[in-house]
This record gives sequence, structure tokens and C-alpha cells, in this order.
Amino acid sequence: MKLAVVVQRYGLDINGGAELHARYIAEQLGRRAEVDVLTTCARDYITWRNELPAGGSEVNGVRVRRFPVRRERDPERFGRRSHHVFGSAHSIADELAWLDAEGPASAALIDAIRRNEAGYDFFIFFSYRYYHAYHGIRAAAPRALLVPTAERDGAAGLSIFGPIFRGARALMYNSFEERALIQAASGNDAVPHVVVGVGSEVPARTDAQRFRQKYGITSPFIVYIGRIDENKGCKELFSHFERYARAVRGDLTLVLMGTSILPIPDHPRIRHLGFVGDEDKFDGIAAAEALVMPSYFESLSMVALEAWALGKPVLANGRCDVLQGQCLRSNAGLFYESYEEFLETLALIQSNRPLAFAMGQNGREYFQRHYAWPVIVRKYLEMFDRLREDDGKGAARTPIEPLPGWFARRRADCRAGNDVVRELPSGPARQAGRRR
Amino acid sequence: MPPEFSIRSDSVDVDQIMQQIRARIREKRGVDYTEEELRQLAGVKLEKFLDPTRVRSDLVQHYQHVRQTGGASMLVPPPENFAFDDHLVYGSARGASGRLISTIRRLLNPVLKLFINPNPIIHVLHRQSAINTHNEEQFVRVERVAALNYELIHNLVVELTRLSIEVKNLKMRVESVSGRLDFSDRRARALESVVQYRPGTGPAAELAEAAAPPPPHAGGKPARRESEPSPAGGPVKGEAQRARRRRRRRGRGGAAGQPDPGGEAAGAPGGSGDAADGETDVPEPAGGGADGLPFDGAESGPAEPSAPGTGEPTDR
Repeated sequence: MKLAVVVQRYGLDINGGAELHARYIAEQLGRRAEVDVLTTCARDYITWRNELPAGGSEVNGVRVRRFPVRRERDPERFGRRSHHVFGSAHSIADELAWLDAEGPASAALIDAIRRNEAGYDFFIFFSYRYYHAYHGIRAAAPRALLVPTAERDGAAGLSIFGPIFRGARALMYNSFEERALIQAASGNDAVPHVVVGVGSEVPARTDAQRFRQKYGITSPFIVYIGRIDENKGCKELFSHFERYARAVRGDLTLVLMGTSILPIPDHPRIRHLGFVGDEDKFDGIAAAEALVMPSYFESLSMVALEAWALGKPVLANGRCDVLQGQCLRSNAGLFYESYEEFLETLALIQSNRPLAFAMGQNGREYFQRHYAWPVIVRKYLEMFDRLREDDGKGAARTPIEPLPGWFARRRADCRAGNDVVRELPSGPARQAGRRR
Repeated sequence: MPPEFSIRSDSVDVDQIMQQIRARIREKRGVDYTEEELRQLAGVKLEKFLDPTRVRSDLVQHYQHVRQTGGASMLVPPPENFAFDDHLVYGSARGASGRLISTIRRLLNPVLKLFINPNPIIHVLHRQSAINTHNEEQFVRVERVAALNYELIHNLVVELTRLSIEVKNLKMRVESVSGRLDFSDRRARALESVVQYRPGTGPAAELAEAAAPPPPHAGGKPARRESEPSPAGGPVKGEAQRARRRRRRRGRGGAAGQPDPGGEAAGAPGGSGDAADGETDVPEPAGGGADGLPFDGAESGPAEPSAPGTGEPTDR
């Protein structure tokens, strides 16, 4: 079996959620099938500047083919177009212009997909919202599997993605909440799908003491791992933690790992370690009381899964349906929607050791049951088998819906993306497939 | 301190824990407002604050629009400004033929000047362009300030709402604490009034002593609490005080030993000052059925028909 993983960026030093997800999947499936990665020469997701050489290379034993991006993203143009399509009535042409402005606009990548369509059994596209996924799926719909990595934002409400969700051969969702969002937005219930998620390369052994010695941290702490950004809920986290530190005596510290694009408060109980390697990251999780995940929008938090894999409870932002749903389904984490809840939940995790331990154990079991690599890989392989069976039976498939004509594309009859998403059902799924 | 949850560590139910946490927060707040409801309340207050009749008819809408667009209206670019000069007036954008047209226009310019003078028009348009640029910058600045003001006002109102709810809760708590304090005070007084006397002392002994013939000399000591030192001239003064109290009570209208519906003269412990002091005309003899505290479990019930009885000191 020959597979192509198509993703916007790819590399060992690229740590975006979807990109890491794609790399893990490519490496894992690479042990069972012939896998090529088709990607761009970009390293920076803001500009999509061509920084890596075009052509073939190998990353961790996986063949990678890179294609140049035609033009860098103009943030002002993209911002203006985003504002228009998310905030007001617009046309299909506006949405296509938005997609073009978002990038990474690599016509060479799409041409390669179109030319080599027959050369691969399946294409696995990551991140529905980017240029490569939209045009790539249109180019190779009968063989296209989509890992949407959708968040609850205005993009999910854009009209151009409906045909993509309905026209892809199969969808590999990250969570039940993501599935519910996309099915409600596009009505693609009939498309074969499975909730998969992704595993993680969690080391068998960690050394919490080594981490404490290396960074001189003696007090108990909670850890945040990821980009320190307002969009990730870090500003709110700082505010809540500072209030918590004033209200609750003790020495519980907030340790931050990751690159910061937000000023970090100068507080004796907040420590920023900067970007750290995997060893420090996992040792840090092992040493922590809990992992805090303040993000409002996640399709799947890999770092939360890693914390659970290491038997640590998670304190999540309850306004993110996915995180809340995972906490409820796993019984391995608490969540907050206000400062009062943050105070109570954190104090509970800190003071009730048996409870924290039990949640950690639940997390470990949850990870093993749903996110261990054998489980993930099996789900992918079963999906490939199912699709091939359908092909063998000659099951009729409706082709992907074509774009409307020139005039219809320019008719401003599409609702604002944010309005569409606002009306979609929300809330966590307490059990598989059931929403509150 | 966090609550002690009755949840076994091997059967954690996050949903249940969160319900308990939320119930606890509601209890703390006193009022069952979620953060969202609080914001809605604040929104209502904000609308009142920006009362259109007093301020400007469309101010609320304007602020709300700014809020909804997240100040993004600033991002919408204005139409491009157009800089005028003589080249533009006579120029053409049609490539080679345009250059020819421009040349002809220039050649005919002296003829045009016979009819009108275009220079002031060009000058005025040029100035207008500069004014437009200036205004645009001003508008952007004003919009930024407006967005900032809105944020400030909004946050202030949210805080104000939160504080006013907190003040209301605190007021209720103060009232409750004050009521309890009142009750405790009365209870303490009543407790003081049910002191147990040793045999041979207390009101009964006092009565017996009063019935006995007077001592041979005026300086004799009447019955008194053992622990209480006898003040100088105590007996005479004590007798006089008792008489005064009896008169005072009769003067209030209630018959001696009868309950006062208002509770003031009643011997019930819930009564106020005087009654609690045990001012009864004729104290019951010891063992008058007041072994237990008569007010256990009740704050201040109606006055009992009988006086507190045992051990009611008559001389304080």
C-alpha cells in the first residue's frame, strides 16, 4: 500500500499541533506501508516563506517531497479578508480569495497531487482550512482522507468547506466534539469516518528529580506546555494564577515551557523556562502536580494526552468543548470556566492527593485505551481496508460537488462564518457520540 | 481550604466533582449567578449607564457595534486618497496613446486658460487631499480611544455589578450575624440568670430570713450570694432596691409574676434586660422545674406563664 501524507509544513523542528500529528502518523504508518510526505518549503506558518529546499529528502526514515510556496502570506490582506468572511455576508469568491490569502499557496504541490493521483492508494490530508487541503482534496477526492483538525472558529462555517467535508473519501476525526461540529456544519454524516486522535512518543521512563535539579525547582508546581499566547488562554491563566497565589498560601508555582509571544508577569511563583527539549518536557510533566491547558480552541490537545500517558491530572479550560469532553470521558481532569472554578479545582488537585492520583491513573488508562499507537494505527488500517472493500464492491460514490459558476460564485449570499458557527450545537460529548 | 469531597479515589466522577465545586461556588456567592449571567447583568447596567435619552441616541448601538466588531472597523481600509497635481489633470493612463493625449492637452492648455484658470482648482484639490489624510488619521485615533473607553467602561461595569452583588450578600450576612449575636447576648444574660445556689442560700433562704424576726441590731446581714462581697450597708440598700423594683413593675401595669406579652417583664429568657435580670416579685422555690435551659433550641419564644424559677437571683 502506498500512502501520501499531505501537510502544510513538515520537519523535526516544526512543533505545530497538526504538523506534529502528521509527522507521528507518517512515521507510524511508515512501518506498515510505503509513505511519502508531500509538503511545502515553508517553516513559518505566519509567512509561509520558502525556507527549506524544494525536492526530496528524508526525515526520520520517511520520504519527504517539498514544493515551493508561490507567494508569502500578506498578514494585512489576510486579516482584512478574514474579517470580511467571518464577520459579514459574502460570496464564494470572497471565501476563495480568503483561502488564497491564507496559504500556503503552492500550486506545484497541487499539480503534483493531480499528476500522481494514481500512484498512491490514499492521500491523507491534514488541516482542512489550508490551501493545500482544499485544492488537494478537489484534485484527488476519490483517494482523499481528511484529518480536519477543526476548531470551533469561523472557518468551520465557511461555505467552501461543505463540499470538501462531503466529498472526501473518509474523515479521521480527533474528537467527538470535532465530529459533531463538522457534521452539523456540513451534513456529511454519510461519509465514512472514525474518531481517532493521535498518540504520542511518551518515554517509558522519566526522571522528575533530574528536572527539578536542572531548573532548581523545589516547590510543587503545575505546568503549562505550548506557545505562550493570548489565543491559547495564557493571559487568562496568568490572571487566574496571580489571584490564586494571593488567595491561597503555599508555594505552588506555575511553570511555563514554550516560546512566549506574550509578556509573562514578573511573579515569584511563575517560572518561564523557554523552549525545552522532549526529555525536559516529559520529565517536567512527571514532576508536576498537574498539567494546565488554558486554551479556548483545541481539536485535540496532544500535551494533555501526554500528561495523561504519564499519569498526571489535567486542569483544562472548560470553555473548550473538546477539552471539557475529554476530562469528562476520561475522569482524568477538572476544568474551569471562571476564576472561582479555577481556584476550587486547582486547590482540590493540590490538596487532595488521592484524588489527583486517581485522576492520573484514569488518564493513563484512557490514553492506553484510546491513544496508544497500536490503537491509532489499527483504526487507520481498518479505514483503508474498508475503503478498499468499498472499491472492490464497486460502491457508487457521488463525485465532489463542483464549484458554482462564475456569477453564482460572486453572489454575496454566504452568511458570516462566525454566525454560522455560533448556531452550531456546542458542549462536550460525555460519552462517545453523545453531547450534553 | 478546599472542600472534603466524599468521593472514593478509585471511582472518580469528574462530572460529580464539578457539580460539587459549582454548588460550593454558588453557596459562596449567595446568588446563583454564572459568569455569563453576571456579564449579562453588567450588559443591562451598561445600557442604563449609556442611557440614550441622556447621552446620544445611537451611542449604545455605536459602542455595541465597536464591541462586536472588536474594534476591527479600524481595519477596514478607507477609500484610497487621491493626490492631485497638474500631471494627473492633463495625464492619461492609456499607454502610448495616452502620452499623445497628454501632449495634446498640454498644447491646448493655453487655449483652456483663455476660458478658465485651472491652477486654483488643482491647488484646492491638492489641499483637500491633505485634509482628507489628516482627517483619516484623526478618525483612526478617535476610534481607538472609543474602543479603549468601551473596554474600560465595560470592565468597570462588570466589576461594579460583581461588587454590588457581593455587597448585597455581605449585607445579608451582616444581618444574619447581627441576629445571631443578639440571640447569643440574650442567651448569655438568661444563662447568667439561672445560677444554681447552694443549699441554704439563694432566694428561698432569703425569703425564710425575711420572715424571721429582725436581728437585734440594724447592721445584720441578709442572705446573699456567697461569692458576692457584701457592700457597705448592703442589707438596707438591697431591701430598698427590691422595693423599688416591685414598685416599678407594678407601675408598668403587669401584675406581679404575670407574663408580659411584650416579653419585657416576662421571666422568659428570651425577654430583654429586666426580665433576664430575674426581676420577679416572688421567686419560685428551688426545684421549680428549671433544671434544663428553658430556651434550648429556640431564639425567643413567647413568655412562659411562670417565672424562670430555680435560682432566680433577686439581688444583683
